[in-house]
Amino acid sequence: MPSAEFQTPTKTTRGLGSAKEGTGHYIRQRVTAIALLFLVPWFLFSVIHACKAGFAGASLWVAQPLNAVLLILTFGAAFYHMRLGMQVVIEDYINKTSTRFALLLLNTFAAIAAFAAAALSVMKIWFTAGL
Amino acid sequence: MVQLTLPKNSKVGKGKEWPKPDGAKKLRRFRIYRYSPEEGGNPRWDVYWVDLEKCGPMVLDVLFYIKNTIDPTLAFRRSCREGVCGSCSMNIGGHNTIACTKGWDEIASDVISIAPLPHLPVVKDLIPDLTNFYAQHAYVQPFLKTDTPEPEKEWQQSEEQRNELNGLYECILCACCSTSCPSYWWNGDKYLGPAALLQAYRWLIDSRDEATGERLDDLEDPFKLYRCHTIMNCAQVCPKGLNPAKAIAQVKHMMVERVA
Repeated sequence: MPSAEFQTPTKTTRGLGSAKEGTGHYIRQRVTAIALLFLVPWFLFSVIHACKAGFAGASLWVAQPLNAVLLILTFGAAFYHMRLGMQVVIEDYINKTSTRFALLLLNTFAAIAAFAAAALSVMKIWFTAGL
Repeated sequence: MVQLTLPKNSKVGKGKEWPKPDGAKKLRRFRIYRYSPEEGGNPRWDVYWVDLEKCGPMVLDVLFYIKNTIDPTLAFRRSCREGVCGSCSMNIGGHNTIACTKGWDEIASDVISIAPLPHLPVVKDLIPDLTNFYAQHAYVQPFLKTDTPEPEKEWQQSEEQRNELNGLYECILCACCSTSCPSYWWNGDKYLGPAALLQAYRWLIDSRDEATGERLDDLEDPFKLYRCHTIMNCAQVCPKGLNPAKAIAQVKHMMVERVA
């Protein structure tokens, strides 16, 4: 409970008013979850299978266009889903506004950076495979 | 960061063990949270021995027994003593419930702990401060809102439409659900909580109410509504057997329905 001295309970409850937002986040979290429901099993099964063929075999597997596209989609859905989920955790547990803003910003940057690195790695293998 | 431990002045210390009643054959031990702002100091656990042969079957009867025969200073709320008013809600044996419908024989542990509802300011002993909780109920405007001029007799509703309100209208606002919800503990000032949201849904789903869109507008908020992560503590503790988590899920469904 914040220091609500001299403030009516109605004032506290209304707060800054309804943000009229949140449904988009809710939908995106579920859409990415449904995508991951298909992508993650494919990812786990395929990567384990590809690894059996050693470094060269795995590189060849990544270089196939369908695999490369699906890999990038998997990373996109996973890191986006992670960003949305971490946002909820931060909002749940961090009360101090400035700390919350800083962590939310860091969360977004970290997710985008992780996705960029993962996607570019796949593309590098994909594009350089024929060379 | 949320406060995961009690602040220094709320840490519960060891209190007094009251003497056993004379000549009692069937005794049971109760550990009760005591705090008095007049006396000051930290809250404490007092231990009472209750003669079960001279006491009714419910935990509320135990509280009456203690107040009448052992310690008249014990403070608690009660009114209807039959599960209709929601006044005697408290934490009994680790679960939020209402004392008047909870039998002491339902609790297996050797000593039964009774504390006020969790994570609310304590007024005295088992009495928590519910002003914020009531303000949250008021926020959802729990009354019929219409623009159409009132009909001469009454607003009509089919039997099916009336049945939609079953499982919602029975809520007695005891606050067991809201105060069992971690989201409400951490963000109780911004999150409306399961009790208020169940009532919000009760008016959203009412076929006679014409303010559905405005009601949804007032709820659509990352904190007011979407702090619910459906862990269902609310449904587990509800002494009336209602399911606030399901009502909240249905509110979220309505939110999606109007954009997609």
